[in-house]
Amino acid sequence: METVAFNVEELRNDFPILSKKFNGKTLAYLDNAATSQKPRQVIKAICDFYEGYNANIHRGVYEIEEKATMKYERTREATSRFIGAESAEQIIFTRNTTESINLVAKTWGASNIRKGDKIVVSLLEHHSNVVPWQVLAKEKGALLEYINLKEDSTIDLDDFKEKIAGAKLLAITQASNVLGTLVPVKQMTSIAHQEGCTVLVDGAQSAPHMPVSMTDIGCDFFAFSSHKMLGPTGVGVLYGKREILDAMPPYNLGGDMISEVHKWDVTWNELPWKFEAGTSNIADVIAYYHAIEYLQRLGMERVREHEKSLTKYALKRLSEIKGLRYYGPDDIEMRGGIISFTLGDVHPHDIASILSREAIAIRSGYHCAQPLHEELSLGGTARASFYIYNTEEEVDRLAEALNEVRKVFAK
Amino acid sequence: MSDEIYKEIILDHYKNPHNFHKLKDPDFKAEDTNPLCGDHVEFSVKLQDGRVSEVGFIGRGCAISQAAASILTDLVQGKTIEELQKMEKEDLLEAMGNPDLGPVRIKCAMLSFKTLKLGLYSYLSSKSSHT
Ligand SMILES: Cc1ncc(COP(=O)(O)O)c(C=O)c1O
Repeated sequence: METVAFNVEELRNDFPILSKKFNGKTLAYLDNAATSQKPRQVIKAICDFYEGYNANIHRGVYEIEEKATMKYERTREATSRFIGAESAEQIIFTRNTTESINLVAKTWGASNIRKGDKIVVSLLEHHSNVVPWQVLAKEKGALLEYINLKEDSTIDLDDFKEKIAGAKLLAITQASNVLGTLVPVKQMTSIAHQEGCTVLVDGAQSAPHMPVSMTDIGCDFFAFSSHKMLGPTGVGVLYGKREILDAMPPYNLGGDMISEVHKWDVTWNELPWKFEAGTSNIADVIAYYHAIEYLQRLGMERVREHEKSLTKYALKRLSEIKGLRYYGPDDIEMRGGIISFTLGDVHPHDIASILSREAIAIRSGYHCAQPLHEELSLGGTARASFYIYNTEEEVDRLAEALNEVRKVFAK
Repeated sequence: MSDEIYKEIILDHYKNPHNFHKLKDPDFKAEDTNPLCGDHVEFSVKLQDGRVSEVGFIGRGCAISQAAASILTDLVQGKTIEELQKMEKEDLLEAMGNPDLGPVRIKCAMLSFKTLKLGLYSYLSSKSSHT
């Protein structure tokens, strides 16, 4: 695919919301870890589908049905290429990362995890990659262990090596949605595999922001969401190794996921449809193609470079603010474009509310990672997170507004 | 910066909360946490001749939740039990200067209201079951 120049001012024009005014000010959207904004190519694709060829897929043989099926499957192929998977049959569409992880817990987990087995996660995990394992472990009488962090907020690999011994499953994020920490999942997967341990990587915060390759990482499962990478909400991806997916029991039962149904008997459909029961989110999957195409034309290397330089600039600007403390690695090579911080004893909600009046959108609270906040003894944090369309000027606005917050709450 | 949420009265109460202490031998106590943001409040109330004679609170959290708790302690001071029962959310919001709270932040303000009301009701029901 041909690439285009990475020109932030120009690409901002593709995002209608970025030129809207809120409280008379242009939106500075710095909550990309929660969800990204959508370019008009994606928005238009949803309209085009409903206006031009809305039909159910994998069923009829009339023209618009075939077009819908073709476009839906085209997204699967693009997704497969985007994450460097072996084949498109290994890409399963779900609703989001959370559902992708739950699918694994409910099918692979239910049939492979037994009493006394060990499941290893890290302290960095989002609740989506903790709760399904916590519940499964309780149901099965298995053990759940957390890999510790080092002083510099990176994974403690010595602790990992100790805990992975004899483990059955490693479920780990590739990028923390709080600290921004990047996790060496390739290295960890290879160590885990030596122990005969299955590996699930939560790619919700990595796939949108950096090149990822399944054949390179070598993990058994990989989960991420369309909505955090310019695509629509309601589309998640689960990648799995073929032999594992083949051996797994289906998730939901009903239409589409079967090949033959008799009165008392049924045979499952082949991959990937075995895991896509019922009518899919057709419009949004079709539109998701345009998000992938958009990112590929920019080039994921350059997406990462842009975020790296913006994060570096932001860390410098934020560290100039009195009373501000940010968390996560100082080494820019070890972190993504996410910065969580506290400002003196001002509550994160108060920070976010005041910034909102300046049309600056940041997140506050636990960011669905309460175990991590407890570990760091943090009541909550404010979080700014970047994407392709963010600028140094927006970072300047953030820094100025934070100085204002400090004044409002000065005692 | 114009901030209809952070009115003077709210910042004043947040920075210098009124009745910020725990009472000894209160007639009833009530505490609660908003799990989403970790706001926490704890009230203790003394009654005399059917009126609030003394009230205190302790807590931590955002400016809205803590200012609301402080303002609420002023509001209920000297009120009869019946008046407490009749008190509405709007009474607290009005005392806070009717800040323009959205659907999320209103929960921060209502934490103390809800907590104090629940405390009152469990006090009243325990009393009625004793007599
Ligand atoms: C690391 C991580 N994992 C999982 C999720 C859950 O994603 P979703 O809400 O799309 O299921 C998120 C989203 O915030 C995340 O940051």
